[in-house]
Amino acid sequence: MGLSPVLWQFLVNWLHNATLFPAEASTIAPYTDALYFFLVLMTIFGTTLVAVLVVVFSARYSRQRSPVATQIEGSTLLETTWTIIPLAIFLVVYVWGALLYFRIYNPPTNAMNIYIVGKQWMWKAEHPGGQHEIDALHVPLGQPVQLTMISQDVFHSFSVPDFRIKREVIPGRYSTVWFEATKVGRYHLFCSQYCGTQHSGMVGWITVMTPEDYKTWLEQSTSGQSLAQNGERLYASMGCNSCHNGTAAARGPDLAGVYGSKLTLTDGRQILVDDAYLRDAILNPSAHVTAGYAAIMPTYQGQLSEDGLIDLVEFIKNMQSDYRVQQTLVTAASGESAPTTPPQAAGER
Amino acid sequence: MSTAVGNTIVSLPDQSTAQLPKRHYINNEYGLLSWLLTEDHKRIALLYLFSVTFFFFIGGAFAGLIRLELLTPQPDLVAADTYNKFFTMHGLIMIFLFLVPSIPGVLGNFLIPLMIGARDLAFPKLNLLSWYVYMAGGTLTLAALVLGGVDTGWTFTTPLSTHYLNTHVITAAMAIFITGFSSILTGINFIVTIHRMRCPGMTWFRMPLFLWAHYAASLLMVLGTPVLATTLVLVALERLFGIGIFDPAKGGDPLLFQHLFWFYSHPAVYIMILPGMGVISEVISTCSRKRIFGYTAVAFSSVAIALFGFFVWEHHMFIMGVSSYSALVFSLLTMLVAVPSAIKIFNWAFTLQKGSITFETPMLYCFGFMGLFTIGGLTGVFLGSLGMDIHLTETYFVVAHFHFVMVGGGLMAFLAGIHFWWPKMTGRMYPETISKLAAVTTFIGFNLTFLPQFVLGYLGLPRRYAAYPPEFQVLNVLSTAGATVLGFGYMLPMLYLVWSLKYGAIAGSNPWQATGLEWQIASPPPTENFAEIPIMDHEVYDYEWLANKTKKEVTTVG
Repeated sequence: MGLSPVLWQFLVNWLHNATLFPAEASTIAPYTDALYFFLVLMTIFGTTLVAVLVVVFSARYSRQRSPVATQIEGSTLLETTWTIIPLAIFLVVYVWGALLYFRIYNPPTNAMNIYIVGKQWMWKAEHPGGQHEIDALHVPLGQPVQLTMISQDVFHSFSVPDFRIKREVIPGRYSTVWFEATKVGRYHLFCSQYCGTQHSGMVGWITVMTPEDYKTWLEQSTSGQSLAQNGERLYASMGCNSCHNGTAAARGPDLAGVYGSKLTLTDGRQILVDDAYLRDAILNPSAHVTAGYAAIMPTYQGQLSEDGLIDLVEFIKNMQSDYRVQQTLVTAASGESAPTTPPQAAGER
Repeated sequence: MSTAVGNTIVSLPDQSTAQLPKRHYINNEYGLLSWLLTEDHKRIALLYLFSVTFFFFIGGAFAGLIRLELLTPQPDLVAADTYNKFFTMHGLIMIFLFLVPSIPGVLGNFLIPLMIGARDLAFPKLNLLSWYVYMAGGTLTLAALVLGGVDTGWTFTTPLSTHYLNTHVITAAMAIFITGFSSILTGINFIVTIHRMRCPGMTWFRMPLFLWAHYAASLLMVLGTPVLATTLVLVALERLFGIGIFDPAKGGDPLLFQHLFWFYSHPAVYIMILPGMGVISEVISTCSRKRIFGYTAVAFSSVAIALFGFFVWEHHMFIMGVSSYSALVFSLLTMLVAVPSAIKIFNWAFTLQKGSITFETPMLYCFGFMGLFTIGGLTGVFLGSLGMDIHLTETYFVVAHFHFVMVGGGLMAFLAGIHFWWPKMTGRMYPETISKLAAVTTFIGFNLTFLPQFVLGYLGLPRRYAAYPPEFQVLNVLSTAGATVLGFGYMLPMLYLVWSLKYGAIAGSNPWQATGLEWQIASPPPTENFAEIPIMDHEVYDYEWLANKTKKEVTTVG
């Protein structure tokens, strides 16, 4: 940033206390702010330049001082100058902005994942360990957090100004955003895409906690069932296990370890299996048939809520073997509660 | 003419003997029908003037209500639903019924034939039809309002507009659909007129820059508006019959709507600003007695804006999960489209150099335009920059940015033009002192209203919020205070321009000593404009030619 960190902190704190500037509470914020200050300087410089030209020429060449105008056709040199210089500045902004864009939207590989469902007019956060929150999100300090988000109805937008992040939350497809909080505190969460009557009520708080506090919070807030456990129940109750069970006679492909692998589909496409693919394959199976299998799977469109889909995705994601699936085939009717899954609470992955 | 050099170029005929011409386009015929069935481009321009002014004040009233509600953090003036209807109506009316038709409909209609030395536009009947179509669209918009309003926002975002609202979405969409055809008809008329109706000697590079700007804007109207019409029809079909084109549950793509909508609505910004840039060129040249610096560059920059303007729409969608590579391309093109605007600003500034500058009201509005449009343009670069856009989009920063461009730019230019050509349209001058006061008031009020919104935007306050966290109140109060000043600044011209119709000084044919062909005929012009079609035997903005012509006339008369 080319500015001494002490001066930077002083500037940012002073502006923040004057309520002219949001807090810098994520690793990304200083990068965004550096570009912002550059752009503000560019604007002040450009506007001042135009103002000075207008004022100086107006004073110097007013009708009293300059009764007769001198006709000038133009000047290739001058005109080239004010084409090239703004273009050069704009190109610098372009490259800088593009680098920032990829920094903001490319998550680090060690990010923990939390699911967000947007609906008119609330935010629902689902932690892998089964903690649910409405219009609130608790996250640990100093740990990259990736949000996998989807809307159940209209477009929403997940905006945390103090982290300088924002991403549209769209019906029918997962979108992701990540951040790493750098300051303990509470920060505004806004829906920034107009979504109907209570758009301005679709707000909440992000609470950043020290890792120890966060651990305590996770333990106290758990609903007793992790997302994957919920998913496992759904997997059995929706009858997924009757085909996707990894046995020799199975009519559907084996799903153990499928997440993150490359699949070849019947139409020849090579697909990387990620959250979005799993969701699409459940809702629109006929367009996602794995090579070697018949297109016999029915659609589950309308039968699963977004929360249910997240549970299933989370279950399939964490499915390492078919052992338990085959067990449920036998014991599904026994009423025995599912045993606990290995810890996959946020922060430990 | 007096030989002493005054501080104004305005030279009016001796008021004790001066008279309006006996017969001109206003008193040529009487009666309501003579207006409603007129094919005279000048009368149609006046019809547009009445109607856009009417809609401007309705849209302005909604702006006032919005600012009043935002005076306090709680939604205490009106309920959230009502607030949503307010900003929807404000947007729809100001964009589709005021900004898009204002300068082309009023000044373009009035001046294009006069400036190219023609007796009318190429298709006079089509011109009248475009006004009727506009009025039909406007009436339907008001109907949507009276029936209970609509709360989609002016952007009609799906699936909110198609599945989740119980308001008059179809009525409003059809109103905008219809209004669009008025825009298409006007655009076709201007393009054909500029191609086919130029008087002998009026080559492309002898055309006033006002015409280049209108030509470029007309291209956008004709090529862009049909896409908006298609989009609105699809929204209506989806809402009525659930065809599913934007519905993911039926295999549709909700992002498709965004692409289609912004494919029109980004070029629409240039439809609103380009004609204004044309006005600025005319006024600055006249008030500094100089040819526009780098005429060719200014002319081609209009065309460049129109061309590039079609290929930047995705910059409205950078956070919506579009492909990173397409985002890179669209961001780059957005940077490129900023350059022609910068060229224009510098060319105007250097037109002043070695000029002989006077500071009448239209010139003050032009200076206001240059300052505000520069800020509006440069803050656009913030939003075109990919990483910066993430934090700023969908906040008050965007609101402030486009108001600087469209109100600080478009509306300032409209007012500059109305004052500048008022003597030509009515034969009478506006009162100078109070109009200068109005120009300065508008400038101050505008900055007070919208500068705080940039700060609010960076703080992260999302747009379209009926209620907001209390720490944002101070800046909102400042903004509302500014809006009050601004409202006052807009009321003034309304009052004194009406006053001037009866009491304004008789202007004579060329009060500004301007070079355009429109100034070489009587004010107000006769119905047929030119007794005989003029011959353009000199360059555009040729003040020497004008001086010789005036001298010859004085000698002949004397």
